[in-house]
Amino acid sequence: MASISCECGISSGVADVKKYMRTIYILWLRQLKRYYRSKSRIFGSLAQPLLFLIALGYGMGPVFQRAGQGNYLEFLAPGIIGMSIIFTSVFSGIEVIWDRQFGFLKETLVAPISRFNIMIGRTLGGATVATAQGLIVFIISMFIGFKVNNFWTLPVAIVIMLMIALLFTALGTMVASLLEDMQGFQLIVNFLIIPLFFLSGALFPLDGLPEVIAALVSIDPLSYGIDALRTLLIGTTHFGLTIDVIVLAAVTVFFTAVGSYFFSRIEV
Amino acid sequence: MADNNNCAICVKNLVKKFKDFAAVDDISFKVDRGEIFAFLGPNGAGKSTTIKVLTTLLRPTSGELELNGFDPVTEQDQVRRSFGIVFQDPSLDDELTAYENMDFHGFLYRLPRKLRQARIEELLKITELWDRRDHLVKTFSGGMRRRLEIARGLMHHPKIFFLDEPTLGLDPQTRNQMWEYVKKLNRDEGITVFFTTHYMEEAERYAQRIAVIDHGKIIASGTAQSLKQQTETDSLEEAFLKLTGYKIREAEAGGIDQLRMRHQLWRGRR
Repeated sequence: MASISCECGISSGVADVKKYMRTIYILWLRQLKRYYRSKSRIFGSLAQPLLFLIALGYGMGPVFQRAGQGNYLEFLAPGIIGMSIIFTSVFSGIEVIWDRQFGFLKETLVAPISRFNIMIGRTLGGATVATAQGLIVFIISMFIGFKVNNFWTLPVAIVIMLMIALLFTALGTMVASLLEDMQGFQLIVNFLIIPLFFLSGALFPLDGLPEVIAALVSIDPLSYGIDALRTLLIGTTHFGLTIDVIVLAAVTVFFTAVGSYFFSRIEV
Repeated sequence: MADNNNCAICVKNLVKKFKDFAAVDDISFKVDRGEIFAFLGPNGAGKSTTIKVLTTLLRPTSGELELNGFDPVTEQDQVRRSFGIVFQDPSLDDELTAYENMDFHGFLYRLPRKLRQARIEELLKITELWDRRDHLVKTFSGGMRRRLEIARGLMHHPKIFFLDEPTLGLDPQTRNQMWEYVKKLNRDEGITVFFTTHYMEEAERYAQRIAVIDHGKIIASGTAQSLKQQTETDSLEEAFLKLTGYKIREAEAGGIDQLRMRHQLWRGRR
């Protein structure tokens, strides 16, 4: 068990980098092609965010307004964008379980490429797809009535979406590497994704929360992602953009590192 | 262990344990270059585990291994370049076309574009899939998928070809056609073939040598003829049953088996 795969060649650094980039690129491209081709999945996964936006956005709107908090739909939209990203990205990470028995993963595991590159390629691919999904929800929310405060910050907002997506794809891959079969899947949805979503402040403002809830919110990485999106899109913030970005980046690096470790130990 | 340069696969005292259970328990065997070698055994005997260790998917607990002159533990890259494999479970990407599946493989094995194109055309024509090259794999029948997996496994011109129950679920026509092609490759290109199967007549007809594994140990090996002589039986099937016993193996269904069942149901529905 002690021997970790050694991909160390004697070839020059530049050639190595090029070699790694090719692997990462092809795995990334595969995820994109799959996403683009599964139109029904794209539309299917839009139903839930749309329902949240309409039912909650309009349903809770009057109460929110009376409480002096302004327009609820505007407040909610970044939260729902975050929601669609976390669902899409964790699922794409979880796909590893299925893929390693009945999919392309085994084919890549016996190919002369490193596990780390496979993990990075998959994660980038899954994250790109989740970001695209987030963007679609963003566009839909504008049709429903979400008004963006400042369009100049949109490119930065997309970067934040990508960071959220990377973070949770890596988390999904990490969890999937630890599970042997799909039995635990429902468990993950109920005990991981749903709590992460509900405790992120996607649905409610983070100011003046009871202490316990505030503590839970502050250890949920999605809170920082959604807070960053709110800062950029509607100009209200809780933690401040700098803290948001630092936390997101740190947690992403952490999950990617731990995820790669577990991924490298997958035994088919 | 480089004493015998003629062996495509050398295994000496291989042990693979999962926790306390030895799936492969101290086996040794050699497969010569250019040989077609069958690895037989009841369910759960250790066939697939052996293949996974040889193909770098699992790390051995102990023992010495050599594949095409390389060590699967310390020289993974060279070993991976040396073999092609058709897995027991499908490993194609359903959402991609036949051509794309091939192209990805060539890309992963770093074949230059021109070479990739040439080999894809050649192999897809041989496996009679060229006309369907731009169709998504999810529209393919079981036989077509198998042919595509074989074509893909050969794309980087491996020295050793592993086939883990390659004909499972195929009709006799497809099975026959597949074997004719594998035999031709073996004859013309000198590719070493290592396969597992539950069809005894396949082993008898195509394998030059056979090893029978049970409970993680190799209990007999030799030509089909010599196995029949050893057991004083008339057919390989009888010889196999005499060697491994008549009792049905009730391997406990693990997570993988449940996934496999669900996968088949799901495939069948479409």
